[in-house]
Amino acid sequence: MTRYSGWKLFKEGLRGHKGWAQAWRTPKLKPEYDAVIVGGGGHGLATAYYLAKNHKITNVAVIEKGWLGGGNTGRNTTVIRSNYFYPESADLYDMSVRLYEGLSKDLNYNIMFSQRGMIVTAHSEPEMEMAARQVNAMHLNGVDAEFLDAKQVKRAEPALNTRSDMRYPIHGGVLQKRAGTGRHDAVAWGFARAADQLGVDIIQNCEVTDVILEGGRCAGVVTSLGEVRASMVGAAAAGHSSTIAKMAGFELPIESYALQAFVSEPLKPVLKTVVLCPPFGTYVSQSDKGGLVIGGGLDRVPSYGQRGNLPMQEAVLSGLAEMMPSLAKVKLLRHWGGIVDVTPDSSPIIGPSGVDGLYVNCGWGTGGFKAIPVGGYLLAHVMATGTHHNVSRPFDLTRFISGRLVDESAASGIAH
Amino acid sequence: MTSHRVSGASGAPLKFTFDGKPYTGMEGDTLASALLANGVRVMGRSFKYHRPRGPWSAWVDDPNAIMTVRKGAVELPNCPATTTYLENGMNAKAVNAYPSAAFDIKGGLDLFHRWLGAGFYYKTFIWPNWHLFEPAIRKMAGLGHVTDKVLDGYSADQIHDSCEVLIIGGGPAGLAAARAAAEAGLNACLVEDHKSLGGGALLEQTIEGHAPTEWVAAHAQAITEAGGRIFTHATAYGIYDHQLVAIIENGSFGTAPRLRRMRANRIVLATGALDRPITFTNNDRPGIMSVTGACTYLAQHKVLVGRQITLVSNNSYADAAEAMLSAAGAEITRIAPTVGPIKAIGLKTPVALTQHDRTHPVDTILASGGQTPLVHLWRHAGGKLTWCDARQAFLPDSNPVNMVAVGAANGTFEMEPALEEARTVGKGDPSERAETQYHLTPLWPSPGSEGRQWIDFQHDVTLKDIELAARENYVSVEHLKRYTTLGMASDQGKTSNMAGLAAMATIQNRLIPEVGTTTFRPPFVPVPIEIYHGHHKSKHWHPVKRLALEAEHRAAGAALGEYGGWLRPAWYGTGGMAARVPDEVRMARASAGIFDASPLGKIEVMGPDAEAFVNFIYYNTITTLAPGRIRYGFMLSEGGVVYDDGVVARLGPERFLISCSSSHVDGVRTHLEAWRQDGNDPDRIFVHDTTQHWATITVTGPIARDIMAALDLQTDISKDAPPHMSFLETIWQDTPVRIARVSFSGDLSFEVSIRRSRAQDLWQALMKAGTPLGAGPLGLEAMAVMRAEKGYIMIGKDTDGETMPHDLGFTAPRDKKSTAFVGDRSLHMAVANDPDRKQLVGLSVSAGDAMLPIGAHVVVGAIRQRSLGYVTSSYVSPTLERPIALALVEKGASRMGETVNVWHLGETREAVISSPVFFDPDGKRLHA
Amino acid sequence: MQLFPCPFCGWRDEREFLFIAEAGKERPDTTQKISDEDWARYLHSIRNDKGAVREVWMHLTCGELFILERDSVTMEVIGSIALRKDAA
Repeated sequence: MTRYSGWKLFKEGLRGHKGWAQAWRTPKLKPEYDAVIVGGGGHGLATAYYLAKNHKITNVAVIEKGWLGGGNTGRNTTVIRSNYFYPESADLYDMSVRLYEGLSKDLNYNIMFSQRGMIVTAHSEPEMEMAARQVNAMHLNGVDAEFLDAKQVKRAEPALNTRSDMRYPIHGGVLQKRAGTGRHDAVAWGFARAADQLGVDIIQNCEVTDVILEGGRCAGVVTSLGEVRASMVGAAAAGHSSTIAKMAGFELPIESYALQAFVSEPLKPVLKTVVLCPPFGTYVSQSDKGGLVIGGGLDRVPSYGQRGNLPMQEAVLSGLAEMMPSLAKVKLLRHWGGIVDVTPDSSPIIGPSGVDGLYVNCGWGTGGFKAIPVGGYLLAHVMATGTHHNVSRPFDLTRFISGRLVDESAASGIAH
Repeated sequence: MTSHRVSGASGAPLKFTFDGKPYTGMEGDTLASALLANGVRVMGRSFKYHRPRGPWSAWVDDPNAIMTVRKGAVELPNCPATTTYLENGMNAKAVNAYPSAAFDIKGGLDLFHRWLGAGFYYKTFIWPNWHLFEPAIRKMAGLGHVTDKVLDGYSADQIHDSCEVLIIGGGPAGLAAARAAAEAGLNACLVEDHKSLGGGALLEQTIEGHAPTEWVAAHAQAITEAGGRIFTHATAYGIYDHQLVAIIENGSFGTAPRLRRMRANRIVLATGALDRPITFTNNDRPGIMSVTGACTYLAQHKVLVGRQITLVSNNSYADAAEAMLSAAGAEITRIAPTVGPIKAIGLKTPVALTQHDRTHPVDTILASGGQTPLVHLWRHAGGKLTWCDARQAFLPDSNPVNMVAVGAANGTFEMEPALEEARTVGKGDPSERAETQYHLTPLWPSPGSEGRQWIDFQHDVTLKDIELAARENYVSVEHLKRYTTLGMASDQGKTSNMAGLAAMATIQNRLIPEVGTTTFRPPFVPVPIEIYHGHHKSKHWHPVKRLALEAEHRAAGAALGEYGGWLRPAWYGTGGMAARVPDEVRMARASAGIFDASPLGKIEVMGPDAEAFVNFIYYNTITTLAPGRIRYGFMLSEGGVVYDDGVVARLGPERFLISCSSSHVDGVRTHLEAWRQDGNDPDRIFVHDTTQHWATITVTGPIARDIMAALDLQTDISKDAPPHMSFLETIWQDTPVRIARVSFSGDLSFEVSIRRSRAQDLWQALMKAGTPLGAGPLGLEAMAVMRAEKGYIMIGKDTDGETMPHDLGFTAPRDKKSTAFVGDRSLHMAVANDPDRKQLVGLSVSAGDAMLPIGAHVVVGAIRQRSLGYVTSSYVSPTLERPIALALVEKGASRMGETVNVWHLGETREAVISSPVFFDPDGKRLHA
Repeated sequence: MQLFPCPFCGWRDEREFLFIAEAGKERPDTTQKISDEDWARYLHSIRNDKGAVREVWMHLTCGELFILERDSVTMEVIGSIALRKDAA
């Protein structure tokens, strides 16, 4: 592998870039590995990388039915944040932010983590009270947070409509400065390249069609390219986790929904931060290329349809036009949908599946991108050591039996 | 001037400027055609290298000529010059160029191109930190600048529509199909994105023996006469589930377009095909254009794009173009690009074209590497594509439901078979794809060749970038796109995708269909966000619900605020919240307050099984509730969490009235309906939401009974009756009223409900009776204080999504209720038995201290403080003259009297945990 | 925007409908002893099938619950029947 640097780029520029090595190999699938990861998205690739790097387990295959990074890793709005209420969530997501902070150097791949700050606005006095509850919780969780009044919000993001006669006038908000955006594809590619260099086989265009069970134990998977045996299998298949679980004979408390995202034509810099206005159900940031990247809530209809639908588009984009009326004239370039895996408490499931030898990392719902490094780190930990990392323990599948859910919406006073 | 207007053009002159220079165009021009008519070629700069660019084509497939256009007070960024119709007084400016497209100070960036290839930014800017480089890169990136101005009156219409057959595309095939459909008696609609119909028909000498314009006019007339509808300057930009077609209808510049959501039983796709660029050295120069583009400028705008034209084409389509352009006076040379590599010479305009050491002097190069059918909408609808070797193109294959492609969109490139196919399909008959005379010699990029050859013009993706991506194993077509940004420009790859994936196929020694295509995503053309906004604007965005008594409240000087979606009086009179709320509390505690409680939910449950049903829905036992009596209780989710609290009144043996939180009415109704129909016999239970039918006015305070007595109700209530927690139906002024003796303030209260139309009379009567006795209107904020003094919770404020009833001190049903109820089993899960659950408590501070901030956390620990819970309600109690607060605190019930630390934004204070009931703990005042 | 067939009102815009649950789940008799696992299965387990699905929906404007059969990938609607036994 060639090490990336400005100097190397300069030299390669002089000789027509002929010297760059493959970012990853195209290996043949072997019949047996120490570990097989199902799903070549960010979480799967990160799991393989940390298995190799942290646990020296390098005889690993990542099996991806399409192209690596082609699921939700390549279809999200690239927000990275850890503005969570419960200590369990904060520990998880802030660990991810910290991993992201060092990731470009760690992977030797610029994933462009831009810590431009994220604002969640509050639009009434009760919402300001909730915002205060949130800021205090974040401080107590050891996560940076600032409590802003309306003027400070306007200063932090001038494009926001702060007129007092708007439908939901802005009273203030919560700013997490360390939050921001990353280049989603680069995260997948960076992990893939680094994992590949450590010996991991990344097998694209290979679909898992069954799970091999022997004496109640998972002993590998059957794929479109043949059987692969492994003493441990990690499933990081996001919206398709239910399908994998079914092959292994259990059910996951996961519902699949389409989540849409939108990007506008490229503009000169107009937004400084990531902004979420809850009553408008819309959030937005501007990519380094200049496009507004816009997201909102889940579709109303559970589905595996990886495409857009007008009602949600109208809800999200009219929300944006209310948040920032001057941007109503901006043109939308494309929109798309990803399939997200939503759990009853909207928190992830990490750890043993209940079937020996099979581990899961799923249920990230709308927020899997920001957790890619930590999801991989923790799944690798539990696979390699057989025990939970302290950070992943609260997210074990058994919480649905004990009822100890980690439901962030519960903290906001929204009853179920 | 190389490009110029030919004779025979007519139309009103339109004045405009481009990059500060004045020009004159003509009615019917686009910005691009008007500039070409004035001899202007350089209309923009590329995204990365700031290379000079002119229009490649004449319509939506142009990636090059992007402008910020201002007219009067309206400025819009990123307007494609090829699709922006010229208007008098327009000021256009090339984006991404300063001071002008012709002379751009960043043009020198092109000299550094060897270091700025595909994905260069992934390999550098790692040390010391991306943040050091990002601001500069962000400024370099982006196209137009968007102003912070909100445009007056820029408001999109949105309408629903439907038809039997929707024909997309008003070219020859679309017109023929629409006419056939309309004349077959079908409700047909035709959508054409130009202002005028005709499309490719206008490029013909004759069509079915007629002059093209006559043929087009005759068809348009026939369609309309047969009852069909025609929409021009309208683009079908997306097809969504169940054959919903999103159509944008454009108006004049600066007016918001209209969204027409067209539901079509059947869709005929007649969107035509595009010329593909040819990949050769310097193929991005201004003056290198598509063959169809040049013909369109001539046919539609009477603009001849050059005088000394080299026509470079691998297909039979170019023959007609040659005839047409030379008839208009151009000198045409034909070059076969398939016999050897070609290269354009010239910077801002080509001066020569070389092939095999031969140099052809030129001023314009027209290129066509074959026809690419426009199948975007086909793919939106889920249609499959198939590769056609003869046409070297992806063609529509198996149909999505109720959708057919005709004409060039279907690969039927010749007129006669296209028309026949269109007419067959238009009527609704099946059609086979016709044999074609169209022929071409395959021509795709040649990896490894010399020079810089552009694949994506706007994004500066060259053949070498594709080669680099392949070398680095970014070979999946999606990786290729994302790594190089191929096809992600504002034309979304209409010109570039085919060349890019063909290049990858060649490098990998695969066939083009093996490489496949990227996903075609809507919108087909960029559409303004406003089109989705429509009427979902300002006060129409989740409009507030309004009280029957709003006028009375306003007359009484109410400060209105939004609570649970309703516009309600927060307090009354002047002096502000800080002064008025304590005054109202003191008034209500001393005499009485009159409070509009209308938004309170009023859902009736009736029927033989109503008792068992309500008993199942409620946490509390309802079977023991006698008619005429009221009980306070909780509705739980199946997870055991308190979903709503409120009172239920039993009106009769088979009739209950559920009073739920005003913000939960819809949710409770759904909850009740779901349980009623799923698991019960719905014919034996009836759920009826009457919330909006009744206005409710609460009279609360020590003299409430005196005020009520003055109403002169049919039932005498001046004595002790009715008792607290009872319900009474009676008559006031010939109108039925319902009186509930429930209290949210802790004082003697009467909740009087009357039909909405008589709310004003009742309000006035109560005010008339109460005012002389010192009573007056009571706002919501004062009521919130009074209920907190009593320790009464507000759901969602003093509870969260984990609160179970035993956390609020209501333990009996959990332990004793023997019949099933919603959420019952969850109250015995491990989590429900956790000893460290958060429980509702009061927090007290000294009389002179400031009140505790809501949202502050109760904490323990010195180094890393841990949250035990948080303050949910906090007020300075006017009654007790000291601060009071409610909080949810871990093991709160066992901490009575404990001093705890309260943490808020970095500061810590002390407070004492107490009972949440601060006022009248024995409830004597309720029965007064 | 999808169209769903309410068995009582006919085809209507998806925004008039509310997804309630997958069809076929029975509430356990909570007056009897139920294990934590069985209760958790009732609360949370979901088939989440890819392809043909049977679901309970509510038509909000008429308030009726019904069973909708559709394809969760293609969005094709297969059919709907009333939840009421006598109407089925």
